[in-house]
Amino acid sequence: MKKFSVKTIVAIGIGAALFFVLGRFVAIPSPVPNTSISVQYGLLAFLSVVYGPIAGALVGFIGHTLIDFSYGWGVWWSWVIASAVFGLLMGLGAKLLKMNETEMGKKGLIKFNIVQLVCHVICWGAVAPVLDILIYNEPLDKLFAQGLVAGVSNAVTTAIVGSLLCVAYAATKTKAGSLTKE
Amino acid sequence: MINLFNYIDRPSPIHRLTGACKLVCLIAWSLAAMTSFYTPLLIAMTAASLELFRIARLKVKDISFMLGIMSAYILLNNLLIFLFSPEHGVGIYGSRTVLFSLLGPYVVTAEQLFYHLNVILKNACTIPIVLLFVCTTNPSEFAASLNRIGVSYRISYAVALALRYIPDIQREYRDISLAQQARGVEMSKKASLVKRLKAASTILIPLILSSMERIETISNAMELRGFGKESRRSWYSGRKFTSMDIACMVGCLVLMAVSLLITWRSGRYFNPFAG
Amino acid sequence: MENQGIIQFEHFGFQYTAQAEPTLYDINLTIRKGEKVLIAGPSGCGKSTLAHCINGLVPNSYPGKITGSLTVAGQDAGKLGLFGLSKIVGTVLQDSDGQFIGLTVAEDIAFALENDCVPTEEMHRQVEQVAKLVDVEQVLRHAPHEISGGQKQRVSLGGVMVSQVEVLLFDEPLANLDPATGKQAIVLIDEIQKRTGCAVIIIEHRVEDVLYRPVDRVVLMGDGRIRYDGDPDKLLCSDLLQSSGIREPLYVTALKYAGVTLTPDMRPSYLPELNLSLEQKEQVRNWFSRQPPVPAEPEREVLLRAEGVDFTYEGGHHALRGITGDIHRGEMLSIVGTNGAGKSTFSKVICGFALPQGGSLTFAGTDLSSLSIKERADHIGYVMQNPNQMISKTQIFDEVALGLRNRGVAEEEIRPQVEETLKICGLYPFRNWPVSALSYGQKKRVTIASILVLKPEMIVLDEPTAGQDLKHYTEIMDFLRELNRQGVTVVLITHDMHLMLEYTPRAMVFHAGKVIADKSAAEVLNDPEIVAQAHLKETSLYHLSALCGVDQPEEFTRRFIARDREVRL
Repeated sequence: MKKFSVKTIVAIGIGAALFFVLGRFVAIPSPVPNTSISVQYGLLAFLSVVYGPIAGALVGFIGHTLIDFSYGWGVWWSWVIASAVFGLLMGLGAKLLKMNETEMGKKGLIKFNIVQLVCHVICWGAVAPVLDILIYNEPLDKLFAQGLVAGVSNAVTTAIVGSLLCVAYAATKTKAGSLTKE
Repeated sequence: MINLFNYIDRPSPIHRLTGACKLVCLIAWSLAAMTSFYTPLLIAMTAASLELFRIARLKVKDISFMLGIMSAYILLNNLLIFLFSPEHGVGIYGSRTVLFSLLGPYVVTAEQLFYHLNVILKNACTIPIVLLFVCTTNPSEFAASLNRIGVSYRISYAVALALRYIPDIQREYRDISLAQQARGVEMSKKASLVKRLKAASTILIPLILSSMERIETISNAMELRGFGKESRRSWYSGRKFTSMDIACMVGCLVLMAVSLLITWRSGRYFNPFAG
Repeated sequence: MENQGIIQFEHFGFQYTAQAEPTLYDINLTIRKGEKVLIAGPSGCGKSTLAHCINGLVPNSYPGKITGSLTVAGQDAGKLGLFGLSKIVGTVLQDSDGQFIGLTVAEDIAFALENDCVPTEEMHRQVEQVAKLVDVEQVLRHAPHEISGGQKQRVSLGGVMVSQVEVLLFDEPLANLDPATGKQAIVLIDEIQKRTGCAVIIIEHRVEDVLYRPVDRVVLMGDGRIRYDGDPDKLLCSDLLQSSGIREPLYVTALKYAGVTLTPDMRPSYLPELNLSLEQKEQVRNWFSRQPPVPAEPEREVLLRAEGVDFTYEGGHHALRGITGDIHRGEMLSIVGTNGAGKSTFSKVICGFALPQGGSLTFAGTDLSSLSIKERADHIGYVMQNPNQMISKTQIFDEVALGLRNRGVAEEEIRPQVEETLKICGLYPFRNWPVSALSYGQKKRVTIASILVLKPEMIVLDEPTAGQDLKHYTEIMDFLRELNRQGVTVVLITHDMHLMLEYTPRAMVFHAGKVIADKSAAEVLNDPEIVAQAHLKETSLYHLSALCGVDQPEEFTRRFIARDREVRL
């Protein structure tokens, strides 16, 4: 495996810290009582596109593990791994479709959202439930129902928060060259 | 933010174990609990974990907050299982002993209750160990421990960086959020979900983009002090294994082996209903 | 070998890959062992790039084209590489939070040793030694957010000194420190240099503050070239600093206004040894009596009244202990004091970000406690220090319109209001630009505009000029003064003594959660007791007036500021 650059390492560390803070402290009330929306997946999708699949996977893995640690409800490995896989697939998808994070036009956003939707379906529709079956042998329909709720809400947050982030990031990369005062 | 991970600095035999040892034990223990449905083993592990808790001199009030969330979570999870599949235990254990019936299709069977007991035990025997790890391991030791058990030091250091910058990012989040609220950004229930998410973005975008600028400063600072030069590195908070560490690790690894062996030899489920 | 340069630039030039023009041209510069050199220059002059060449970030992290040669300790810098250079040159960065990588002080000092695979026991020993040297051994187990800014900088210094470097490079060491801590930092640098014999390079635009301890040489940069390289005394006798957009030491400017001809043998670069003849002192006294007295500030009505405001953070930190004071309509006021003195908490309490447990706040007669954050924002605007932490839209227009849109103002009313605000802030020509195309100072204006558009009667700004050179500082401050003339009450939270003197007639001084002084800025800075207690720094004009026998130092300061303003406009 190629050695990571120091910048990638730092991006993983800061990314995981952001993932943690968003997941742990940013409470956006959801329509379902007593639950909140996980905005951190919008961040994870964005970081995976910018820093690549391995960084994405590690941000998801470390960030999610730390969240579970801090709640003290045990580490839910199945969901931790699903977060990591989401980062990985998102990064791979971005590479596959040659997404360019510095030019996020309409086309880029459509690509981004197709990829994130597919990744969420895989992670919450397949990876997390299958692991839960292996570990707890929980009832299938319960797991898929949970996966559906998580998948849909994560896909919605990613579509909004992730897309806005991509656009804002791309805008910071535009050069002033062609601009004139009016 | 003080003491995010609830590290409690209080001398005890568990505190004295090195972080790396505790990490190995945590992983082995979790794997043992994850794979097994062998009830006597799960009961034994739960009892042992509570005893370890006592040895670590942790008090219930240290972790009352965590206990609350945890119980709510376990309750909800079991409720969901029952609602979706009241006959799940019947399928697993191959018999059906009706105890009493509730509404419509919801019939309480001994098999279902036994399955729930096993699920709860699986949680109950791991959660104290995770708490134990979190409460007795100095965060400074996390990264050194990961590296010790074979994770590359670069990735280990990413974990250390996350721990280092969480308080900073949290403070920044709070400041940005207040300043944006003053400009009328609202995330309360009054607005629609999409509106709420857009509002959240006006806080998250400056937070994330300014954190990304910080990545450059930090990586420069690290390279200027020689990070990534050698193929390995030493750790200020690294500690050598003692004989106690080795004994604990061996113990937990044996436990894992036993659990796997039972699953392998006599099937995954301990079945009291089989005649 | 005594005079051998440890760092030697010869016909050195550098151009960043992404830029059309070189950033450095034909640099010839030698820094000798054990020498102490100040490199000064306005923003964008190339001084930071020069520092990056010395520590190897150029070209390793910032690629580009190098011409000419740079040798460090006799070896080619390119061959040494980033890691080779890090053994010789230790860099203390401006952003001490970014440089503080470890979870605790001890770990951060040990960072370089860890990377060198030094065994753990040996590391503990060395860390302890260095911690003593930089005086942080009491806080070795503390986390970064538990120590002060000055301590953080000491830790950064310790973190590079463990590597036994021969050159210490300080990149804007004073930017994030309060004035007294900055003074201590300069003293510490001086002591470390004497003790270790390292060469010291300080990159700063605050010349007067660095000259609190003597330097061997000043290198003045402008537009990527070296404009001056030599004796600091000679430099101060010329007007090169002024013409390069760097602020001269105030006492030097004052002497020049008084018509005193400076010569290098008067030692103008080091105030304690400044040598004035009786005649020259008389010249200063005469100048003082010739200057017209500064008119007193008009009486104004009270806008915000704080009475016994008390606030304790959740963790138990008692941040405000009975704050009482008035802010008047239409005034421009400074709030000063150390980090942790309570000035930021006070601004949070005013804006409703934190709710006080005791006391009362009234704004134009209304009790503030009944108003929410959003409602207070209609009267009181708050501008954060770092504009990047406030800007969330990509277009300038949208950013400024955000607050109005959130308040549900109709779109056709928003346009004229935003455009008018953009005109006031001098941003109208840029209204269709993306925010990212703006400079830091312009972004600052965008954030001010985005608050002004809500038409508050009062705005509170946190460190509006942090890290800005004289030109950008003047730009921002003149803009704020213009706003103030148009009737907006402006409250500035600042560390910058000069800002307080030059722009705000009145200052409130915070110390340990209390207001210890509330009077004119000139009076505050001429009161040694308050200066010491609140970690401020006396202006050098105070010393100059004492030296020349002027018996009204506050009035001297006021007249100087008034005169200086005339000259600079």
